[in-house]
Amino acid sequence: MHNPYLPYPVRIDQITTETEDRNLKTFRFVFLDPEDEKKFSYIPGQFAELSIAGKGEIPIGIASSPTEGGVVTFTVNKVGQVTNYLHNMKEGEVMGIRGPLGNWYPWEEMEGKNVVIIGGGFAFTTLRSSIVYMIHPDNRPRFKDITVVYGARNPGMLLYKDELAAWEQRDDINMHITVDATDDPNWKYNVGFVPTVTEQKIKSADDAFAIVCGPPIMIKFTQPVLEKLGFPAEKIILSLEMRMKCGIGICGRCNIGDQYVCKDGPVFSLAQLKRMPPEY
Amino acid sequence: MLEKSFTKEEWTEALKELQSAYKVFVPVKEGDFHNFRPLKNGAKPSFDFQNTRLSAKSIIFPQSERMFEYSLDDSKEDAHIIKETPKDFSTQAIVGIRPCDALAFQLVRINFDNPQYRDPWWIQRMNATTIVGFGCNEPCASCFCTSVGSGPFCEKGLDALMVDLGDRFLVKSLTTKGEALLGALKSGKKADGTVLKQAQELAKGSEKKISSTVPTDRLKDKVVNELFSAHFWERISFACINCGTCTYLCPTCWCFDIQDETCGKEGDRIRNWDACMFPIFTLHGSGHNPRDKKLQRVRQRFMHKLKYYVDKYENGVACVGCGRCVQFCPVNIDIREVFGLMNGY
Repeated sequence: MHNPYLPYPVRIDQITTETEDRNLKTFRFVFLDPEDEKKFSYIPGQFAELSIAGKGEIPIGIASSPTEGGVVTFTVNKVGQVTNYLHNMKEGEVMGIRGPLGNWYPWEEMEGKNVVIIGGGFAFTTLRSSIVYMIHPDNRPRFKDITVVYGARNPGMLLYKDELAAWEQRDDINMHITVDATDDPNWKYNVGFVPTVTEQKIKSADDAFAIVCGPPIMIKFTQPVLEKLGFPAEKIILSLEMRMKCGIGICGRCNIGDQYVCKDGPVFSLAQLKRMPPEY
Repeated sequence: MLEKSFTKEEWTEALKELQSAYKVFVPVKEGDFHNFRPLKNGAKPSFDFQNTRLSAKSIIFPQSERMFEYSLDDSKEDAHIIKETPKDFSTQAIVGIRPCDALAFQLVRINFDNPQYRDPWWIQRMNATTIVGFGCNEPCASCFCTSVGSGPFCEKGLDALMVDLGDRFLVKSLTTKGEALLGALKSGKKADGTVLKQAQELAKGSEKKISSTVPTDRLKDKVVNELFSAHFWERISFACINCGTCTYLCPTCWCFDIQDETCGKEGDRIRNWDACMFPIFTLHGSGHNPRDKKLQRVRQRFMHKLKYYVDKYENGVACVGCGRCVQFCPVNIDIREVFGLMNGY
């Protein structure tokens, strides 16, 4: 019987410090057993448990795209016991990954549609996965316009800066990068909160899905903007966070109503969320 | 089907005999109450109780269980790799479990063994277990099993059923597992008509003694968000001290935590029972807590058992009417009242 609690052993292949406060690092992992990499077959929007012997496990969204192959990456904020320990680990060290877990963004439904991606802060990880996945030559024809609104507190807090700059240069994806505030005279993108920039830049909800991932305050103020633009609740897609342990809908702590965020989520449409108790 | 009757002395001897093929769990008197213990080290089975203080859930789902092991010793090749540990899933029997507690295993099965994920330890332990139920001649005043799909002689989820006939036990098999257990016993004689009739009479009489009932018929049709925002949660939760006794005693509470425990350079990943009554159960790394208020936690427990479970699995309520939480809640919160409030809202 396959044991869903058992992590795959991985080696830390590369560590990148993402933000100027050094609290966000991206960890790239390689599976010790190549067979495990095949078993860890994921879809953008899913997450996994990062597992450190002696410290425990944490659920983190997968930041890499399955189109990248060979490696799997996660961007981790330093907040608790496991993440503090992880931030002090070195390339080459061995730990575990358990997953992939949860559901994913509705790729089949979004096929042939416009896709608006709205992200804030360090919740941009599974959105990065989604963007890399969508602009891959195999997948790009499957979607119409791709528009991205991504905001951080200031320029130094943006994730994946090199990739953002590269995406800005492309003509098959519309990037709207913004920061809450900056005194950098060379800042060439937007200044303003994500909901405001969304309101300015997104012109239509026609034939479009919106994927929203960010801090609760951003989601709270972005939601009415999207509804005003005419996005139906079925086409506003959100990814939730919740305290988790097992990640497979058994240990009982991440429920919202009768839905387990780990197994039935973390991706829900706004229409689904409106039918669930407001307890998240 | 086998139907055998044993004098009480014969039954005690028979249980000892069973040990050659089974690890046998029996009710043992400990101070003022009974609990299930392995029949070894001279543990004396005692069938003179209304119900055991704790349900038998820990036999299948231990309160604390080693999941994996690891080594942090860098000189070892497998350092930092989480590994499976050998576990014992040899044949075992729970003898003397009340029908309500046995039904609880059937209710929690969908959680541990669902189409997407299977908990290997719960399932293997359950598969290795033969469950011998024990009909309730004298139900407690707080029992309401007959309202929630069980009953004092309910056979659901049992492999065999024992009936206390005063000077003897009637034991009848209900499944092939039960038949194998009973067939393995040399003692006992085939039950005759008089004994079987006596058992039937007892069962009928016992059902009539269940004085508590709860309504459940409208729970499924209720709108979840209306129940969630009902005004009565304020009053129901007011006295709660978040002690978690209800979850600890409940045969259908299944929540657990996972922790790593390291000693020197060697360690175990373990899982421990946990409870939705505790604030840190849902505390996020960010400091946000969706259930930081007592009202939210009390509501979660009742909504889970009487609404979320009902909606998710279409398998009735996640309560077997054992009445433990009613008896032992230090501030007298009564789930029977909550059934009424929710069903009637």
